[in-house]
Amino acid sequence: MKASAFSYARATSVANALDLLATHGESAKVLSGGQSLMPAMNLRLISPELIVDIGELAELRGIERDRGVLRIGALTRHVDLMRSPEIATHAPLLSEAIVHVAHPAIRNRGTIGGSLAHADPAAELPACMLALDATIIVRGQDGERRIKAEDFFTGIYETALTPEELLVAVEVPVAGEGSAHFFHEFARRHGDYAIVGMAAQASITGKVFSDLRVALFAVGDRPVLAKAAAKLVGVTVTAAILSEASAALADELEPQEDQEASAAMRRHLAQVLLARCVSALLDRQDFSGGRA
Amino acid sequence: MTAHVPISLEVNGEPVEAQVLPRLNLADFLREHLSLTGTHVGCEHGVCGACTVRLNGDIVRACLLLAVQANNASVETIEGLSDSGEIADLQDAFRHRNALQCGYCTPGMLIAAQDLLTHNPEPRREEIREHLSGNYCRCTGYQAIVDAVEATARARQERAS
Repeated sequence: MKASAFSYARATSVANALDLLATHGESAKVLSGGQSLMPAMNLRLISPELIVDIGELAELRGIERDRGVLRIGALTRHVDLMRSPEIATHAPLLSEAIVHVAHPAIRNRGTIGGSLAHADPAAELPACMLALDATIIVRGQDGERRIKAEDFFTGIYETALTPEELLVAVEVPVAGEGSAHFFHEFARRHGDYAIVGMAAQASITGKVFSDLRVALFAVGDRPVLAKAAAKLVGVTVTAAILSEASAALADELEPQEDQEASAAMRRHLAQVLLARCVSALLDRQDFSGGRA
Repeated sequence: MTAHVPISLEVNGEPVEAQVLPRLNLADFLREHLSLTGTHVGCEHGVCGACTVRLNGDIVRACLLLAVQANNASVETIEGLSDSGEIADLQDAFRHRNALQCGYCTPGMLIAAQDLLTHNPEPRREEIREHLSGNYCRCTGYQAIVDAVEATARARQERAS
C-alpha cells in the first residue's frame, strides 16, 4: 500500500524541529532514516498529519569520544556504526550487534535515534543500550533531559519521549579494561527480527564477573535487563550457580506467544543464550546451554 | 497543507526537476514520473528488495524513501547501471546461469549484488547469501543467483590480475 497524504516539513535546525513538534504535537511524526516509520505508514498503521524530516540536520550525525564516554548522534546510521573504528574499539558490542539489524540497504538508511525512538521490542539496538548502560538524550523546548536506557523503553513502540521532544543523541560508557561482550540472536533468517536475542556487557576480573549486564529482546513488550545476572557477579561461577541464575531468568521473563514461538520456547531459548553467554565470556566450555 | 514540494535531483546522471506530493515514494516517482519501470515495487514495506536503487552510491529501498527526501541526491536505477555497462558481466552471468525466471526480483538483485562486489571483490558464498538476504526471489531457490555472483566475482578477479 501507499502512505496516506500528509504535510511535509524539512527541519532546518534542531530548534526549528522542536518548534514544529511543539506546534503539532501528536499529529506530527519525526522522520530520520524512515526504515521503521515508512513501512508503518505504507501499511497505514499510522497516518501522521505532518512529517518533520530531520534527515538534513548534520549536527545530529556522528560519533565522538570525550574521555570515558562515546556520544553517538541520533542520525548516525547503522552503516556508520558498523564501519566506525571508535565503535569497534570502545563499544564493540554495537559493532557485533549491528550486522544483525536487517539488511545492507536498510542499514544504509536506518539511524540509531530512529531505532531507539521506534522502540520495537524485538529490535537489537534498544537491548544493546540496556546492556551498555547508555543514557538517552532528548531535547524539548525547555532544554535537555537525560534518560537512562532502563527508564526509556516503556512498552511496545512506547518510550519516555513526549511528542514535543526529539531524541538527539545517546551516550555510552567506553568499554574499560577487563570488559567483554556477548551478542547472539535466534532468527529464522538472517536479518529477520529475532525470536529471542541477548546482548551482554561484562567486566571481568580474573575469572569472576565484577559487573554483568544482560539484556534480552523479543521476550516481552520491551527490552529486559535480566535481574538474574546479579547471581553471577562477584562469585566463581559454578554449574550450580549458573543453573540457579538460569532458573531465576526463566522466572522473571514473561515472554509473549506469537506465530514465531510459544512463551515456553522463548524461556528455553533465553536460558540457552544465558549459558552460552557465560560460557563465552568466562571461556568455560563446560557450561553448555543445551540445544537451542 | 499537503501541497506539492519542488525537488531537484540527479537520476542516472541527468538532472531532474519535479513537483511532487510528500507521500510519493521514490520508487513510484521513478516509475510513474520518469517512466523508469526497471525499479520494481513488491511489498512496499522494505522487506522484498525489488525496489533497490542507489542513492549517493549506497543501496537503499526506494519504497522506504520519499521522493522529497531524494532532493539534492544522486539516484541510480537499474537502467543507469545497465546502460553504462557497469554490470554487463553480472547480467551475462545471471543469464548464463539461469539466475532468473520471472525476473521480478532481478533489478534489485543485480544492484544488491553489484554493491557487494564493489565493497568485497572476493566474497565467500556465505557472504553473498548474507548480502542478498534482503532481496527475495520466489522462483530460483537462490542457488543459481549465488552461483552467478560468485562467477562474476571470480571473472573480475581474473581480469584484474
